[in-house]
Amino acid sequence: MAQTHNRSQALAHAGGHEGHHDLEELRKFGFWIFLITDCILFSALFATYLVLHENTAGGPGAKELFEMPGVIAETFILLTSSFTSGLAVLAMNAGNRKGLIFWLIVTVLLGACFIGMEVTEFSKLVSEGHTIYSSAFLSGFFTLVGTHGLHVSLGICWITALIIQLTRRGITPVTRRKVHITSLYWHFLDAVWIFVFTFVYLMGVM
Amino acid sequence: MIDQIKDFASWFFVTGDPLIYGADVAIVLTMAAIVIVLTYFKKWGWLWREWLTTVDHKRVGIMYIIASLLMLFRGGVDALMMRTQLAFPDMKFLSPEHYNEVFTTHGVIMILFMAMPLMFGLFNIAVPLQIGARDVAFPFLNSLSFWLFFFGAMLFNMSFVIGGSANAGWLSYPPLSELTGSPGVGEDFYIWGVQISGIGSLMTGINFIVTIVKMRAPGMTWSKVPMFTWSVLSSCIAIIVAFPVLTVTLALLFLDRFLGAHFFTMDGGGNAMMYVNLIWMWGHPEVYIVVLPAFGIFSEIVATFSKKRLFGYGSMVFAMISISLMAYFTWLHHFFTMGSGADVNLFFAITTMIIAIPTGVKIFNWLFTMYRGRITITTPMLWTIGFIPCFVIGGMTGVMLSVAPADFQFHNSYFLIAHFHQVLIGGVAFGYFAGLSYWWPKMFGFKLNETIGKWAFWTWNIGFYVCFMPQYVVGLDGMTRRVSSYGWDTGWWALNFISTIGGFLMGLGFLFQVWQIAHSIKFMEKDTTGDPWGARTLEWSIPSPAPMYNFAMTPIVTDRDDWWEEKERIAAGKAPKAKPELEPIHMPKNSPLPFIQSICWFIVGFGLVFHWLWIAIPGFIGVAATMLAHSFNYDTDYYIPVDEIKRMEAEARGGV
Ligand code: HEM
Ligand SMILES: [Cu+2]
Repeated sequence: MAQTHNRSQALAHAGGHEGHHDLEELRKFGFWIFLITDCILFSALFATYLVLHENTAGGPGAKELFEMPGVIAETFILLTSSFTSGLAVLAMNAGNRKGLIFWLIVTVLLGACFIGMEVTEFSKLVSEGHTIYSSAFLSGFFTLVGTHGLHVSLGICWITALIIQLTRRGITPVTRRKVHITSLYWHFLDAVWIFVFTFVYLMGVM
Repeated sequence: MIDQIKDFASWFFVTGDPLIYGADVAIVLTMAAIVIVLTYFKKWGWLWREWLTTVDHKRVGIMYIIASLLMLFRGGVDALMMRTQLAFPDMKFLSPEHYNEVFTTHGVIMILFMAMPLMFGLFNIAVPLQIGARDVAFPFLNSLSFWLFFFGAMLFNMSFVIGGSANAGWLSYPPLSELTGSPGVGEDFYIWGVQISGIGSLMTGINFIVTIVKMRAPGMTWSKVPMFTWSVLSSCIAIIVAFPVLTVTLALLFLDRFLGAHFFTMDGGGNAMMYVNLIWMWGHPEVYIVVLPAFGIFSEIVATFSKKRLFGYGSMVFAMISISLMAYFTWLHHFFTMGSGADVNLFFAITTMIIAIPTGVKIFNWLFTMYRGRITITTPMLWTIGFIPCFVIGGMTGVMLSVAPADFQFHNSYFLIAHFHQVLIGGVAFGYFAGLSYWWPKMFGFKLNETIGKWAFWTWNIGFYVCFMPQYVVGLDGMTRRVSSYGWDTGWWALNFISTIGGFLMGLGFLFQVWQIAHSIKFMEKDTTGDPWGARTLEWSIPSPAPMYNFAMTPIVTDRDDWWEEKERIAAGKAPKAKPELEPIHMPKNSPLPFIQSICWFIVGFGLVFHWLWIAIPGFIGVAATMLAHSFNYDTDYYIPVDEIKRMEAEARGGV
């Protein structure tokens, strides 16, 4: 009897403690699963693009339209921003709030650069008459790349909101979790971009 | 000016059909009645505080169930309208155009706005209680999921009085669903209604996976998890893989219609087959998503009412998880006839047949559980027993359909209609009805009337066979689906007429269910035990209805069917398990944000349906604002002190 009692108490402590700590763990785990669903979403878009990418309806294809120097610059900017978001987490782990906020701001700015270049690329294409309704290939291209861009823009808003919270509240278990999650999200978008770069741009011009 | 307004109104509102005018009147009267009753009894505040802003999974579950029963009514009326038309093909009860809208609406409502929410309702009611948790992992998100479903469903339902309904079938194949095929707003209502509620479903999938993986009571190892919870987990795994594909598919269709993109169009290099592939990559798993939890429910019920442990626990778990994974390799069996080539057809025919194996295993497990058990025939048990022959026949006709060459004959005929209703009604609807009557006492603290419940079961069950058996025959005779009329020379009339009688019998069954609920509310006998069935799993170890915090102290699990074993120990004169000390309980606070945000989504959807950006953009701003408000809100929880818990427990146990 006494033994069962002890055992139950031990078990209760191993798993049953609620409170903020566990909650933050749950959220991180939930976010990982969300990322899986986002992966599937992008896979469906990639599949559609790959099925349609030769259906140019008599218009120009990837080879004629894509300009690699800009895309390569974009890629470097996004990769760098992933790195700076890593530096932000390192600063946070060192308890350095100023450093954390600084690196988050750098990340947001690099993200904004990336989006700016993408918008320029899109508007150039559109102004030359290559729009989402020109062909199935362009529909797929704008949608896939645009969805990635939309994700990055959301990330920018989200990190900005987080920066404001950090200036007000500092590093707490809650903001710590939020930083972890946004940086996970940011790395994920980077990984997706590598695929966009490879399957859309590189394979397109080769 | 007046003429302009008139023109606008006759375009905006659906006109010209007496059935629709009737519906208009009914809607206005119902709304007025609701507003008057709430105002008269001063219930607005109560509604807001206790329901619209609640994050309690039990209440969210109840709201899901109420909404889904309303949708069952609407989908059922649609079904009976179709059956009436088919019984009297000359009568022109429904015009062909109206018939197209009705079968599309019926299919969408039944699967997405009836079966899914009823299922989510039962998830919410049972899962946290079964695993000894205080709540789901993300209560706020849970409430958001519900309201997204609700307003998505409302948006879709609106279409039949405003703008006009979708008419391209419940999966909306292009080119029919493209602007060229459906120039009206009906398809856009379909896209946004399904899209908004679908996002809610996806979040529920994530929520319950995290809940089940991370929040089981201490000691509940994977081999001790109750079978319903296992079925929910496998269903949710299928949800998180399938629903993102649906999101993408609908978004692409929308881009085609809204921006003139060329994903699935006939011109511009579009590829309509790509849509068919994508939609079935969601659509096929979807049918397993709705049926797996029913399997879980049957497992609970069979064990409880046979007073025996479930036979073949391990094989059951294995069967469910493998079904949820295999569901992804069968989608192509929905279009064997579309020229994918013999090899591809062969692959998908075989994968489809393989799924019959784990399904068969489960049927045997249930039968073996009943074998030599002390069986009591209650309504939940009746639904379960009625399900077995129904599902066996449905499964066998399914295997017939999966024979690719034969499918060229069955495809798009009433044979198919009979098959999928057999599995959807016999498997899914019966399953959820079983679950509803089984967990009803846990939700409300009293049992549903058994006698009326049995009447409901028998009328449904007999009505089912009368309705759908003739359809197999008439399907083999060559009657195709989605026809609103046929000639007398076809010889289909007698079978169709019988089928319609069966349809109305099921309608009667539904009325019995409504009466059962009303009667039980009036003459209920309060259940003071918390365990009216003598059941086996943890949810029955606490009072009914469950207190807001579920478990006063976290249960410590030592056995599979832990509550049953505990009762056995006590009956054998052994000491019950020691309970840990009471501690303050951590609770989430209510929030109006999910409700408000979902209304904003509704506004976005409505604006995009009519291409009115001046409505859609403010809606988007509202969505963004509520998201930010949530992110900046740090005041999200509170603690219930120990004294308060003691008081509430005493009250719950005292039964008043
Ligand atoms: C109450 C009993 C029911 C009756 C009498 C009934 C009747 C019908 C009829 C006559 C059709 C054929 C329309 C046509 O092709 O012309 C149909 C289609 C359909 N039903 Fe039911 N139904 C019932 C319940 C359900 C339930 C419970 C579900 C799902 C959970 C369901 C899902 C569907 C779907 C998906 C279609 C296909 C719609 C389409 O062709 O696009 N039905 N039903
Ligand atoms: Cu299928």
